[in-house]
Amino acid sequence: MGLLSKKDAKLITDPLADNNPITIQVLGICSALAITAQLKAAVVMALSVMAVLAIGNVVISLMRNIIPPKIRIIVQLVVVAALVIVVDLVLKAFSYQLSKQLSVFVGLIITNCIIMGRFEAFALANTPWKSFLDGIGNAAGYGLILVIVGFFRELLGSGSLFGFQILGDPVEKTGLYALGYENNGFMLLSPMALIVVGIIIWVQRSRNKALIEDH
Amino acid sequence: MSNRTESNVYTVVFAIIMVLVVGALLAYASSALSPKIDENKRLEKQQNILYAMGVNNNGDSGVEFVSTKEAPELFSKYITKQLIINNGQTSEDDKAYLLDIKKDKAEAGGDASKRHLPVFIGEKDGKTLYVVPIYGKGLWDAIWGYVSMDENMVVQGVYFDHKGETPGLGANIKERFFMDDFAGEHLLDSSGNFKGITVSKGNADPKNLDKTDNEVDAIAGATITGNGVTAMIKSDLALYVPYFKNLKNN
Repeated sequence: MGLLSKKDAKLITDPLADNNPITIQVLGICSALAITAQLKAAVVMALSVMAVLAIGNVVISLMRNIIPPKIRIIVQLVVVAALVIVVDLVLKAFSYQLSKQLSVFVGLIITNCIIMGRFEAFALANTPWKSFLDGIGNAAGYGLILVIVGFFRELLGSGSLFGFQILGDPVEKTGLYALGYENNGFMLLSPMALIVVGIIIWVQRSRNKALIEDH
Repeated sequence: MSNRTESNVYTVVFAIIMVLVVGALLAYASSALSPKIDENKRLEKQQNILYAMGVNNNGDSGVEFVSTKEAPELFSKYITKQLIINNGQTSEDDKAYLLDIKKDKAEAGGDASKRHLPVFIGEKDGKTLYVVPIYGKGLWDAIWGYVSMDENMVVQGVYFDHKGETPGLGANIKERFFMDDFAGEHLLDSSGNFKGITVSKGNADPKNLDKTDNEVDAIAGATITGNGVTAMIKSDLALYVPYFKNLKNN
């Protein structure tokens, strides 16, 4: 990481593992449940959140000395809502097919608590460059979990990845299905996302005991 | 610094300026981009109608429209006539495909005689196809589509779309494996009465070999969206039955 100092690099790498927004801070669970039935949707959501979080963090950081503390949450909400609307309009005008595929996800970014969480916890107290890195890092950490959950849900639930049937054809009974394998339709329902996230948290904490909190 | 930003006057002034700036920004973005967005929507309608007629770039799987560049030219080539039916009267209108079905439904308020019903008549491979739009509701929001039929109300192709159905479940109504099942399906029963097409869970015909059972196979986990498709086909296509009866008598 020649470009980044050690401290700056940590802003990106920390949220990927030991300070992951989903598995450690348990933020952004709502969208992790809602849109991980397909891997493609998970990847797209992760990229959209990355764009909004990085830009939003910079905007909030630039305004951090002039935002009145009493209404700072409202200011954050306005910034994220305005950004999301602009992203939605730009997509509709210049990449209509993509915006059709994203459909509800773009609007859903507003509700992502990671964004508000990073504005409040980081961007309000740090410089724009650091905030930008923090935004990229946290969105990447969020996206990593989304992709892992989406991978298992689509593979076990639909027998496909990115929409390609990789285990054979469930109707024609080819590939694995010829041996009597069945898709687990339960994987497509939201509760299974929670269970998959729970398993990731379990695996992560059993490998790194320092993450286990004392009670 | 903190004293200044703590004061009430500063807070109120900041809020007012922020709202004005953001409001102006969004209003500008919206009005600057709306002609492009409207044009995209117009081309999409042409692509959808052509898709239902079977004019598309479909490969083995996945939905491939004709490109937006070709769409206007192909649309005027394949669609020979556009009609609007209002209370039994048909009139030609080459902007019929732009009619807002949702608005028209709301204005008619359940009174079928007040509805304006578009029909797009096209020629493909020597066959005359009648494409009509349908509009209804799914689980979360609106669903709509285009159905192309021959003069006996046998479906030749469909296109479905939705505003916000669940990805991986209800959203799959716009996937090939669901839409392709409708091709060849009869909307009338054997004695010529309108039955529609039911998206059926208990249909013991997953490959949809029986085209006269007025049923297609449902999507697992998408019961309410499927019921919405059934209801939309039943309610909207029933309005066209007199038109097709007329067509046969003449």
